[in-house]
This record gives sequence, C-alpha cells and structure tokens, in this order.
Amino acid sequence: MRAWVEGIGVMGPGLRGWPMSRTVLAGAVPYRAEPVTIPASDWLPPAERRRTGTSVRLALAVGREACEHGQRDPRTLATVFTSSGGDGDNQHAICETLASDQRELSPTRFHNSVHNAPAGYWGVATGAMESSTTLCAHDASFSAGLLEALAWVEVERQPVLLVAYDTPYPEPLNAFRPIPAVFGVAFVLTPDRTGRSIATLNTRLAETSNVAALPAGLENLCHGVPAARSLPLLCAIARGTPAEVSIEYLDGRSVRVTLAPH
Amino acid sequence: MKPLALTAYSLVTCLGAGRAANLDAVRKQRSGLAPCAFETVRLDTYVGEVAGVDETRVPDRLRDYNCRNNRLAQLGLDTDGLSEALRAARERYGADRIGVFLATSTSGILQTELAYRKRNEAGRLPPDFHYAETHNTFSLADYVRHALGLSGPAVVVSAACASSAKVFGNAARAIAADLCDAALVGGVDSLCLTTLYGFHSLGLMSSRPCRPYDAARDGISLSEAAGFVLLEQPDRASSAARVHLLGVGESSDAHHMSTPHPQGLGARMAMERALASAGASAGDVDYLNLHGTASKTNDISEAAAVMTVFGAATPCSSTKGLTGHALGATSVIEAIITSFALEEGFLPAGANTEALDPALHVDYLLAPRPATLRRAMSNSFGFGGANCTLLLGLAG
Repeated sequence: MRAWVEGIGVMGPGLRGWPMSRTVLAGAVPYRAEPVTIPASDWLPPAERRRTGTSVRLALAVGREACEHGQRDPRTLATVFTSSGGDGDNQHAICETLASDQRELSPTRFHNSVHNAPAGYWGVATGAMESSTTLCAHDASFSAGLLEALAWVEVERQPVLLVAYDTPYPEPLNAFRPIPAVFGVAFVLTPDRTGRSIATLNTRLAETSNVAALPAGLENLCHGVPAARSLPLLCAIARGTPAEVSIEYLDGRSVRVTLAPH
Repeated sequence: MKPLALTAYSLVTCLGAGRAANLDAVRKQRSGLAPCAFETVRLDTYVGEVAGVDETRVPDRLRDYNCRNNRLAQLGLDTDGLSEALRAARERYGADRIGVFLATSTSGILQTELAYRKRNEAGRLPPDFHYAETHNTFSLADYVRHALGLSGPAVVVSAACASSAKVFGNAARAIAADLCDAALVGGVDSLCLTTLYGFHSLGLMSSRPCRPYDAARDGISLSEAAGFVLLEQPDRASSAARVHLLGVGESSDAHHMSTPHPQGLGARMAMERALASAGASAGDVDYLNLHGTASKTNDISEAAAVMTVFGAATPCSSTKGLTGHALGATSVIEAIITSFALEEGFLPAGANTEALDPALHVDYLLAPRPATLRRAMSNSFGFGGANCTLLLGLAG
C-alpha cells in the first residue's frame, strides 16, 4: 500500500507540536519529558468545549495540527481515529457512579463514553461529513489505524486523516492498565504526491518486528503508550533520510514502512 | 466495489439462537422484548436479553476472557455452523490470510462495573480482574481470533450503532488492498449498566416495547446480540453464496454528539454512496431495512433522508421491534435479516408498530408479504454522527 504524508501533528510529554518535536526526534536536540497541557479546541462552540475531556482535546489538537501543516481543509478528509482505551477518566467516573446507590448518569458522561466521541466532536468542530471510523486493537491500535488509513487511501483514492491518541487511566484501572503519559499523533495521508508531500510510505505486513533504537528517553514512551508506537515512523520522517521502519503489530508481527523523504 | 460473497453467517438475538429461530420470529412478527430484569437494573423499560449467555462456557485456555460479551460471542461461534465454516476457510486460505473485523460499543465493560462493586478498602479492583481480555474494546476481536485460531489483520470498530455495518467496509478494503483473502465480520454487544442507565439519562428509552415509525413512538428498547458473517471473494469461495455484499456507503453527520442531523443529510449521503459503490440506482432497491430506533428524532431524520433518495416507492421496515437495539451488534443482525428477505423472497415487517406516523411518508410495512427481491439495503446510524449503509443482492 502506498501513500504520501502531507501533514503531521504530535503531542506528548516534551513533544509540543511537529516543528518543535522534529528536531528532538531527529536527534539534534536532547529529549526532555516535560509535562504537556492540552487546551480545549477553540474550533468547538464554547458549550461543547466545556464537555470535552483530555482524550477528545488531545485527538482534536493533533488532528488540527496535521490539517494545518498539510494546508488541508478538514472537510475534504475521511478520518480514522484509533485509541487503545478511549477516555479512561470518563469510564472511571461512570463505573464509580454505577457501583453506588445513586446510579443516575449525566447525559454528557454517557455520550462522551462512546469510543468514537473524538470523531463525533471532530465532525461538530470541522463540519466534515466524509466517512469516519474509530478503531481499537489494544497495544496494536496505532498499527491497526495505520493499516486502515492506508487501505482507505489505496482503495478509495481519497485523502485521509489518521489520528491516534491515548491517555492514562486513573486508579484503580491504572494498576491493571498503566499508560504512563498522554500521547497523540496525526497524519494527513494522500493517494498522490502533491506539492506539500513530505514523504512516501510503502507499507506491508511483515512476520517479524525489528523496532529501531530511538533517541534517549523516547524508548519508554514508545513501549508504554500504544499511540507512541508511531515514534519510529516519526523519527524516520524527522531525520529526512530513506528508511525502513518497523512498527509493532499483533503476535510479534509488524507493519513495515519503506519511507522515502521528499 | 467488487462484490463479496456472504458464504456463512450466524446470529444470536433475543429471538433465539440461529437462523431458523430468527427467521421464524421475523416471519411471525414475534418480538423478543420483555420487561427489564437484567442484573440489578431497576428501570421501567423493555430489553431484549439473550437466553443462555451465562450458561455458555469459554474454552479453558481462554478463561481470562470470560465475560458476558465474550460468552455471547462464543454462543455466536457455536451457532449455525459458524466455527466449522471458519475452520474450513482457515484450511483453504491459511490462518494469516483471514482478517477479523468486529464491532462492539461496550465490549466487556459489565465486568468492570461488577469489579468496581468489589473494590477493597484501599479502592483496588479484585486481583482476578482482566483488563485486556474483558474491558478493552479489542477484547472481542482478540477473543474470537484466538477461539478460531486466526492470525490475519484484526481490529475492533467502535463507532457506536453503525459499527457492525462499517466492518463490512473495513473487510472490503482490506481484501482489495491484499491484506487478507477473506474476512470474518460481525458484532457483539451485551447488556450492561453503562448503556441502560446511559440511555435512560438521555430520556431515550421507552417504557414499552419500541414502536418504530409509530405516531406514538416514545423511545428505544435496548438489547444484546451476536452476529458473524464470513465474506469471501466470489471467484474464490468454496461454496456458492446466495447473497453478495454489493455496496457500502459511509458518512458523518457533523451535527451533534447524540442527535441526528434534522434533515438526515448524513443518512442520505450514506445511502447514496452505498448505491454509487455498487453502481446501482434507487430504483434497483426492493427493500430497505431501516435504522428505525423508534426515538422521535431518529425516525424523523431517517424518513426525510429515505424520501429524498427513494421517495415513497420502496417498501421498508425497522426490525428493532423484534430484536431491540443491540447497538454495536445491531447492524450485522439487520444485514442478516436483510439476507433472509433476499434468500426467502419476502418483505419483513417489524413488530409493535400500530398507527404509522403520518408525518413520515415512507412505504412502511406493517405486515410481511411475499415478494421477488434482487437487491435490498440496510441502514445504520450512530452516536457521534457515524452513518453506514449496506447494499446486498442475490448472487448472479
């Protein structure tokens, strides 16, 4: 499957947007895992903005950055959202309420509990009426999202925005599913080369996984946060040299990307 | 898109386990909805609970996956020869060339709801809680691929009530992109407190069995179900399938998180795109299985969209009065009921609808009748504005 990268958005500890992150990811500047705060999107009407939690804010922030970086009108893009766990804070609050004597939920809590909440808010924020899907493959969620986005580009010949995001669970779920940090990444992928193309991706499934070494400090992020399994790809794009990138998938297999920078 | 053959399918709903039980109930308009007596839930509503879920055992090697949703999935695998069909497909294509594209909205969240009741003084969950195998959204696909010994691409689509229609699109694209040769698609959703109290909080649940397109409709009836379909390329399928997937149309409302677009613009786009992807036109469709949740707003916006695409000429019905609304599993169940219509040559009607809403001008079926069908459509629309329409047709 072949696609071109036209725009990138990234947000995580010490990684505040693509322009700042690319120097770190290329190894030119040392990585420092500083906490990141994610503002609510001013693309949303104020009433909707107040209803959003961290995962929606993160997904909208990186999706918007990728569109602006690629100078793409978000209404022209199909979207693939992918997350290993969705909004853990909201799930915790719902489970706590349902375990109490007063089981009444707030309507906002409930509609925010659907795994595709970020996709819904993205539609409200941008007016995008193209197809949108929301996926989960536990630790392999980024690879599963990348495969679906690339298959869409290849088969439907339409540009796609891929958004992968994960946020930590609060206790007591954190003890069973520790996700150490927030991390979000987004790519605008196109079926043809354009004047704004950054790199070509040729992708296939491979039987083995051979994840490259990352700049110091980024390994833990890559292994700890499912969406951050995208880091080897981001690092290769940041370095701007041809590369073969292995991204972990299921059962020890990988998504193998042959990258050619432009 | 290139048509795909539905070479095997299975379904388990509140109407019963398997094709024969469900077909019989659809023909006789027998609703599976009953007053809610699920778990400790005390809500004045009707639900479609599946019999025998808690008596179903998951294989011992997969015991960490034991939760209501995966027990219901296992019941689906045990029904209509689905596991045998997948075993044969695995031998033919190889385990790594069969994709698994499944849908759920809440996965095994009931297991987490129960675990929260058993927190200790320090607030910790019980040690036998298994997050990845039960709570996580991927749990369903992971369970099924391990139960069937499949190792191809696997993912869960969780886009609310359109999820198990969308998986047909995922499968079609994955096959077209040569990521796999065949695909198991479907959906499983099981009753849980999150959805029961959640839909209650939105004021969307009826206190009676739901009445789609009725003038007096006042909300939905929740249910649970499991449905699976094996999709194969027609020229490579081992057996001749009677029904083919001809088209898939997807769109987004971009309107509101839990309310559909008032004129049904996203719904219209989904139907038009399904027709376009099959190279068909509205006049080619002999029956339309509506999303028809029986909420005030869904039926208004859907009927408006149907009138724009089809006018009042195409017979249609919602079968949610029979099966209830099984959320992430509802679309695949309705796709299979749409296949019944094609295979058996009849137009299914729903149940509970008595006086049609005069404001909804569609040709709504109040009773089933024999008909010759070549193509039929199924609509699914979900929270977050996720829309998906499938076009099915008789092979040949």
